[in-house]
Amino acid sequence: MADILVKLLEITIIIALLIPIAAMLVWVERRMIGIWQDRLGPNRVGPFGILQSLADLLKILGKEDWIPPFSDRIVFTIAPVIGAVCVLMSFAVIPFSPSIGVSDLNIGLLFFLAMASLSVYSVVLAGWASNSKYALLGSMRAAAQMVSYEVFMGLSVMGVVLLTGSFNLREIVLAQQNGWLIQTQFLGFIIFLIAGIAESHRLPFDLPEAETELTAGFHTEYSGLKFALFFLGEYLSVTLISAMSVVLFFGGWLMPEPLASWLPPLLWFILKILCFVMFFILLRTSLPRPRFDQLLSFGWKYMLPLALLNLLVTAAFKLGGVYG
Amino acid sequence: MISALVELNPLQLTFYSAALLAIVASLKVVTSKNTVHALLYLVVSLLAVAVCFYLMGAPFAAGLEVIVYAGAILVLFVFAIMMFGLGQDETLHAPSVDGSKVNQFSLWFGPFLLALLLLIELVYAISSGEIQARLTANTIDAKQVGILLYGPYVLAVEIASFLLLAGLIGGYHYAKPEGVGLDRKNNLGEHG
Repeated sequence: MADILVKLLEITIIIALLIPIAAMLVWVERRMIGIWQDRLGPNRVGPFGILQSLADLLKILGKEDWIPPFSDRIVFTIAPVIGAVCVLMSFAVIPFSPSIGVSDLNIGLLFFLAMASLSVYSVVLAGWASNSKYALLGSMRAAAQMVSYEVFMGLSVMGVVLLTGSFNLREIVLAQQNGWLIQTQFLGFIIFLIAGIAESHRLPFDLPEAETELTAGFHTEYSGLKFALFFLGEYLSVTLISAMSVVLFFGGWLMPEPLASWLPPLLWFILKILCFVMFFILLRTSLPRPRFDQLLSFGWKYMLPLALLNLLVTAAFKLGGVYG
Repeated sequence: MISALVELNPLQLTFYSAALLAIVASLKVVTSKNTVHALLYLVVSLLAVAVCFYLMGAPFAAGLEVIVYAGAILVLFVFAIMMFGLGQDETLHAPSVDGSKVNQFSLWFGPFLLALLLLIELVYAISSGEIQARLTANTIDAKQVGILLYGPYVLAVEIASFLLLAGLIGGYHYAKPEGVGLDRKNNLGEHG
C-alpha cells in the first residue's frame, strides 16, 4: 500500500511540474521569437514578463466556454481532453533520472508510439465534431499528416531498438553508457525529429492549423478552457518529443565523465530537453510552411525510403559485427 | 456475487473490468445509430482488449493492438466516414427488411448461434483454473513473437504481405487520376 502511495505522489509531482512548464513554454517561445526577431516580446507582466502565462491563463479562464449549437456536444468536449491525456500518458514511460520515472514498462517505446497514434483522434474528432468546414479541412489534413509521419517515426526508432535490444526506455538509456546512440543513428535521429515535429504539428508542419488559409484549422470553433487544452497539448508534446529525442539518441540523463559530476542527472536531462525545445522554437521562426501535397510527398518519397535504408544498414552492421 | 468480487486480486479485477468494458463497448458499436460514435466505441473496445492482452502476459501484442488497430486502421475508418459526411442517424438509409417473421428470424439466428458458442467458450475459459494458470504463466515478449513470425510462420507472413501489396497497388490504380504526369501535372505538385 505504501508503494502505491509513493507512486501516486511521484505521478502527482511530475504532472504538477509538467503542466506549468508547458504553460511557461508559451512565454519562453514568444520571448525568444521576439529576441531573435530583434524586438522585446512580452516583457510587462512580472520580471522579464515571466508571469505572462499566468495572465494568459486568467484571461482564458474568464472567456466564455462556448459549444456551438451545430456541433456534436459530447465528442466536441472529449476531443481536447484526448489530446492532452495521450501526451501526459506518454510521460509515464520517460525515465527522468536513475531513480525518477513513473513506469519501467517493458514495451515503453511501443507505448510512446501507441499514445502518439491515439492522439490523432484528438484533432480528427475536434474537426468532425465542430461541424464546420474550416475545422473539417484542418482535421483531414491533420489525419493524413499524422498517419503518414507515424509510419516512419516508428521505423526511425527501430534502429535504436536493434542496437540496444530493448523496448524499455530505461534500458535504452543505460545501454548508452559507452557512447550516445547519436553517433551511429544520426540518420534515424534526423528522421525521428522531423516526424516528431509533424506529430506535434508545429511549424513548418502546422498545416492542420494554418492561419492564413484555414483560420485556425481543427480548433476554429473552440474557445476558453477547451482551446487552452489544445494549446497545452501542443506544448506538452513539444516537451515530449524533446524528451524522447534525448532518451533515445542523447543518452537520457547520462553525461561524459568530467561533466557528469557537475550537476545531478535530473538537471542534465532537463538541460538537454531545454536545448531541444529551443531548437523547436528557432525552427518555427526560421522556416516557411510547405504546401500540403509537398509535405505528404516529402514524407512518403524521401523520409520513408531513408528510414528503411537506415534500418537496413543498421541491421547489416549489427549482423556484420561492426557495432559489437 | 459481491463476495466473489472481493476474493479477486487486483490483477484479476483489472482484467475482468477491462473485459467487461470491451463487451459493453462492442455492444454499443452495433447498437449506436451514429456512425462516428459507433467507431469511437470500437476504439474503446480495442483498447480494452489491449489491456486484456497485457494482463495475460502478451505486452508486445497489446502494444501492436493499440498502434495498428486503434491508432492506424480505425483512424482511416474515421477519416473515410468524415470524408463521406456520414455520422448522422444512418438507420434512415438502411435497406428495409421485409416485415415477415421468417425473414427476421433468419437475420438474427446465425449471429446468435455464433455468439452463444463464443459465450459458452468464454464461460468455460473463465471458470477453468487450468486455462487461467496457463494464460498468466509466462510472458511473451517481442523477441519470441519475432522468432515465431520469421520461423514457423514465415509463409503466412509472406502471403499476408502479398495480399497487402496487391491491395496497395489496387488502391493506387483506382486513386490515380487519368493522364497523370502529362497535363495535370500542375495540380499535383512538382513530385506528382
